[in-house]
Amino acid sequence: MPMTEQATGAHHPQPRARNGGQPSVTVEHVTGAQSLIRSLEEVGADTVFGIPGGAILPAYDPMMDSTRVRHVLVRHEQGAGHAATGYAQATGKVGVCMATSGPGATNLVTPIADAHMDSVPLVAITGQVASKAIGTDAFQEADICGITMPITKHNFLVTKAEDIPHTIAEAFHIASTGRPGPVLVDIAKDALQAKTTFSWPPTQDLPGYRPVTKPHAKQIREAAKLITQAKRPVLYVGGGVLKAGATAELKVLAELTGAPVTTTLMALGAFPDSHPLHVGMPGMHGAVTAVTALQKADLIVALGARFDDRVTGKLDSFAPYAKIVHADIDPAEIGKNRTADVPIVGDAREVLADLVQAVQAEHTEGHTGDYAAWWKDLNRWRETYPLGYDLPEDGSLSPQQVIQRIGKLAPEGTIFAAGVGQHQMWASHFIDYEQPATWLNSGGAGTMGYAVPAAMGAKAGMPDRTVWAIDGDGCFQMTNQELTTCALNNIPIKVAVINNGALGMVRQWQTLFYNQRYSNTVLHSGADTDGVPAKGTRVPDFVKLSEAMGCYAIRCEDPADLDKVIEEANSINDRPVVIDFIVHEDAMVWPMVAAGTSNDEVQAARGVRPDFGDNEDD
Amino acid sequence: MSEKHTLSVLVENKPGVLARITALFSRRGFNIDSLAVGTTEHPDISRITIVVNVEGLPLEQVTKQLNKLVNVLKIVELEPAAAIQRELVLVKVRADSETRSQIVEIVQLFRAKTVDVSPEAVTIEATGGADKLEAMLKMLEQYGIKELVQSGTIAIGRGARSITDRSLRALDRSA
Repeated sequence: MPMTEQATGAHHPQPRARNGGQPSVTVEHVTGAQSLIRSLEEVGADTVFGIPGGAILPAYDPMMDSTRVRHVLVRHEQGAGHAATGYAQATGKVGVCMATSGPGATNLVTPIADAHMDSVPLVAITGQVASKAIGTDAFQEADICGITMPITKHNFLVTKAEDIPHTIAEAFHIASTGRPGPVLVDIAKDALQAKTTFSWPPTQDLPGYRPVTKPHAKQIREAAKLITQAKRPVLYVGGGVLKAGATAELKVLAELTGAPVTTTLMALGAFPDSHPLHVGMPGMHGAVTAVTALQKADLIVALGARFDDRVTGKLDSFAPYAKIVHADIDPAEIGKNRTADVPIVGDAREVLADLVQAVQAEHTEGHTGDYAAWWKDLNRWRETYPLGYDLPEDGSLSPQQVIQRIGKLAPEGTIFAAGVGQHQMWASHFIDYEQPATWLNSGGAGTMGYAVPAAMGAKAGMPDRTVWAIDGDGCFQMTNQELTTCALNNIPIKVAVINNGALGMVRQWQTLFYNQRYSNTVLHSGADTDGVPAKGTRVPDFVKLSEAMGCYAIRCEDPADLDKVIEEANSINDRPVVIDFIVHEDAMVWPMVAAGTSNDEVQAARGVRPDFGDNEDD
Repeated sequence: MSEKHTLSVLVENKPGVLARITALFSRRGFNIDSLAVGTTEHPDISRITIVVNVEGLPLEQVTKQLNKLVNVLKIVELEPAAAIQRELVLVKVRADSETRSQIVEIVQLFRAKTVDVSPEAVTIEATGGADKLEAMLKMLEQYGIKELVQSGTIAIGRGARSITDRSLRALDRSA
């Protein structure tokens, strides 16, 4: 589903010129606050997540009367921000969150930074103290525009009521076009209270904003030539392909060329996991085949991907034999980390559509790629080093197995939202993503606590889909209060708490790199009482906690109960469900490329470096 | 190899735009050698001249990242050979009856101006390229520089072409 401006439904429309449209000349006499709500209605914002407070209060009065904008009252502004992100990732529309000035606004900082790293179209609306009080250290004043300048695509401070409609229109346009991203609109309280007029559409004035979406034909031809000449190509697919709604085009290109496809953490679902051309996820915890395919490739075609350090490992030893075709809608990504031999600036859907034609043209001239030898290598690695895990010897629950079973038993089209850490990686490994927008996670920022509010936002936007949050017990304790919001607002998400009693990923690093000294990563233990360490306390009791928040909650500790509890959760749709899965604490995420090392050093399991037959290959 | 580049950045004349630009430089780890801001012949456009000290590849990153700022209209790198570059210097030099005439001679050699005189000092105004001003300051050093203030470099391309033309048309279209 393409990220589009909701009102028009057009794909990446150009900024509207003044007098360009045919505005209905109905002029309404309203307050600034009413014009804000009317603007939100006109841009098609059907759901807003937020919490009122002093400075934004005028906006909440007309909000109460709006039949087109649903406001979901969250318990913490961070939840509002991640919910808007989850909504945006699941629906392809712009997510909207709202907060008051000062601490309300600063609580949005983490989700805004998160959306910025993952290029999520988000509009955050904050109240600001009255324009005359700005700069005086007034009560609940914070310079949120200054604070969010480095983590927004753009932000606006509005001090006049008449500027509200066009600023909202511009904010949605900027957030949803080009490389999507968060836009903050900070509105002074007196601007919300002042009398003004409202008419739609307003005139947008963005002379410096001109995203390029149409790729250069010469570059496309050059890329197609390289694809057909290559012996060991890889299509390296990033989140941009999902954002552009280009998954159908990607499938056509992949099947036309027969080149292997690797989808990054941000792109899971862009290409069916079950597809024979899919070689898995690349990166620090990527599949051995995907990591190695990039290392040995002679051509990497990067599509909406940004050569992030978690993908490349040590940059100067990444993909040493590969020529690079790099297509991205953001020119600044091209050549930022890895020099591109063929740079292509454009929207991934247009790039892929044009590439398909160009490759077909090459084929017509008799130039087809021969990747038979390459696939022999790839298939050997795939067979020798599949993703896998060992079941705990003590008969306790394996976290990987829990996640795998949730994936297997989930109804078609289920949306999964993960927190950050081991459970996130396992959810990326052991659940098959067959459709776009079914995997939501915090990739770039790595924001613990993302899962529950993001799942809430996804479910609010896609009420007919099953939404599972795969969370860790560390993450869950950061944002679980939004389960109250879910229970009270008929947003029946399901949460799997993968409870190993520890900050698992950090603990894994302590196991591997800090001599098993588990400094401050054990969550279930407390201070010694009478010399006895308080281990495995089960404080808090997640079942009781969830029940207190209006959820159906159960605990699962026995592998024999696994399918039963998952099926039970899937059958409940009148309230949120939380399952506390008590899993083995020593499970680790493999494969792994240790931080700062080369992807050539990928380990399939602890101490197991795959044999790539390097000598004969090179 | 690290070298200096002069960028002319045309921006919308709006509050906070300069902060967006300087913040971008600091968070991306780019160094600004000098910076000068002022309005242009068009009241809605400001022009920022930035001298950066970077290698070739980061320079491309600087301009691409700057271009992403919504308020930035256009960026042009002005090559030294094809542009006039000027800085302004005001310098207060220790001077008594013995040294004053020598200082005035230096001022004349560099086609600078004496703008203030007192029994213990003269204040000199000089414009020019960085090399010329550096040479002049070196000559004045021996007398004792009491206070020095320098503007950032401003620069304009040689010839009839104007870099603001097209940006103005873009602005007119949207206006």
